[in-house]
Amino acid sequence: MPRLLAALFALAAPALALAGGAIDGQTEKQPLNVHAIVMFLLFVALTMGITYWAANRTKSAADYYTAGGGITGFQNGMAIAGDYMSAATLLGLTAMTYTQGFDGYMYMIAFFVGWPIILFLMAERLRNLGKFTFADITSYRLDQGKVRTMAAISSLTVVCFYLIAQMVGAGQLIKLLFGLDYAIAVVAVGALMMVYVIFGGMIATTWVQIIKAGMLLTGGTIVMLLAFSQFGFSYTALVERATSIHKLGFKLMAPGPLLKDPVNAVSLALGLMFGTAGLPHILMRFFTVNDAKEARKSVLYASGFVGYFFNVIFLMGLCAVLIVGQDPQFFEGGTVGGKLIGGGNMVAMHLAKAVGGNMMLGFLAAVAFATILAVVSGLALAGASAVSHDLYARVIKKGKASEESEIRVSKIATIVLGMVAIVLGILFEKQNVAFMVGLAFGVAAAANFPVLILSMYWKGLTTRGALAGGYGGLLSAVAFVVFSKSVWVTVLGNPAAIFPYDQPALFAMPVAFVLAIVVSKLSATSTAAKAEIEAFEDQYVRAQTGFGASGASKH
Amino acid sequence: MSSAMYQRMRANPKFQELVSRRGRFAWTLAFTVLVIFYGFVMVVAFNPALLGQPIAEGSMITVGVTLGLFMFVFFWILTAVYVRRANTEFDALTSEIVQDAKAATAAAASGKGAA
Repeated sequence: MPRLLAALFALAAPALALAGGAIDGQTEKQPLNVHAIVMFLLFVALTMGITYWAANRTKSAADYYTAGGGITGFQNGMAIAGDYMSAATLLGLTAMTYTQGFDGYMYMIAFFVGWPIILFLMAERLRNLGKFTFADITSYRLDQGKVRTMAAISSLTVVCFYLIAQMVGAGQLIKLLFGLDYAIAVVAVGALMMVYVIFGGMIATTWVQIIKAGMLLTGGTIVMLLAFSQFGFSYTALVERATSIHKLGFKLMAPGPLLKDPVNAVSLALGLMFGTAGLPHILMRFFTVNDAKEARKSVLYASGFVGYFFNVIFLMGLCAVLIVGQDPQFFEGGTVGGKLIGGGNMVAMHLAKAVGGNMMLGFLAAVAFATILAVVSGLALAGASAVSHDLYARVIKKGKASEESEIRVSKIATIVLGMVAIVLGILFEKQNVAFMVGLAFGVAAAANFPVLILSMYWKGLTTRGALAGGYGGLLSAVAFVVFSKSVWVTVLGNPAAIFPYDQPALFAMPVAFVLAIVVSKLSATSTAAKAEIEAFEDQYVRAQTGFGASGASKH
Repeated sequence: MSSAMYQRMRANPKFQELVSRRGRFAWTLAFTVLVIFYGFVMVVAFNPALLGQPIAEGSMITVGVTLGLFMFVFFWILTAVYVRRANTEFDALTSEIVQDAKAATAAAASGKGAA
């Protein structure tokens, strides 16, 4: 599979790999794109200014990890939407709509539907119980040392794989869009990320994400409106003409290969939904707002932006069928219907050029770069927090670390993570990293989510049960991915996959839940476990009322 | 201290009311979303051709796109409905519970002082 494709899949979610055959791409270095570079430098200058401003406001640990809890619901909604909409959302899903039509729309629905569930069942409890990391919640009434160690291991697993995948994707994409060398691109992303996170903490990371989300929404909307205007803003005219020239004909608007197999379809839907609810950098966003009220509003705004943008992308993809798909300048050798210049994932970029010239192309390319940067910053901060807040402050120092030393450890951890990401990003240049995002989502859904939800909802959860469920989910998610086609066949070169499905969630999640419940029941008679079960009562009242929760003001 | 506060809150009948009212509401909405979405996934798996049909003879608007757009809009409306009710009715009830517990704690403390 061509590398760009792999990289873009890696940027998105594991499920994109399902549509593997549908998109084909090739990574070729393009001529230097001056418009894009100028616009990206403007973005960097702006965000550096913000980082400087944020650095002066980042004094306490709460400022560093959660922006002091002072982010509003609207701002946080933008930031969450930004975390959720990666470069691959823009490029990969436009391309998927362009080639497969309705499949792209279905994928976006599955990607969207987790948000209402997170709101109804998790958002306010997360806010009421958590402080800096989600391990604050899972370890609330359990053995701090053991449970936090486990949460930190699974968080770091998620963050590292996701980070490497993003770095490889960033290098490929920037080579393609900006005409820069792969290694330069990877180092630039790593270095900028370290500056944002180390100096600006969560305040800078959040604002980088907000600005980028604004750019993405604006850029996407303008391209869509310019393109759609060519069809008189008539959906009927658009579909009529698109289906008349597309090689799928009217089947463009019917389900294609993406969700053919019901087991894969359900597993994909579960993985997207609960993987999202277990990603440490997304969960951390719920601690940046003042109270449960703002946490709920965050989800309302975030899901509004995400839902809106997915519909914009769908229209962009359909318009591209006509505007890009019939224009020889976008095909290699000028043969319409042949290979797209720069690969299949360049559809959105070609569309921008077709409707808005080099200026629009440059803007959208800059948006894609900014997007990667913002997402890796959020990931790095979440990983560094797991090291400093969970491992260093709570496990090693047993809660006796000073705020200064905790922040210092977090900054060191960010540098280490940044270095690791740069080195591995360069080492993995020629590898297929699609499985890494599959792994990240799988671990998030199977190791983080079950323990988190049980700790909030089930009084019977004990330390041993949580450990069994967490480690069991982690190992089984890793095992299912390793034995699936994406690693066993594609990476390791074996002839056939041992585990026949692409998505681990449907299988690894039950393993985690069953282990957590059974081991909790078996260990429920010990004195420690009895105290833990008893402590649920107070935790439950706090989860419901928010009394005692950490707010914007320090306690 | 805070454990005593939590105990007071838990003993308050309003707390039970909050928990059951909000729980019922949240689960009803969650269940609605899950049933509609997984229902849609089942149609995709077992009767995909249906989704490619136009909603009316000769129309360019298909069943699948209509259902998809419906889900985007309807699920978002449900989140708005939940946020609205939680941020007004449930939050008001919550602050009453906290106030009641604080008042009871203060009364207990002054009672002890008198004795």
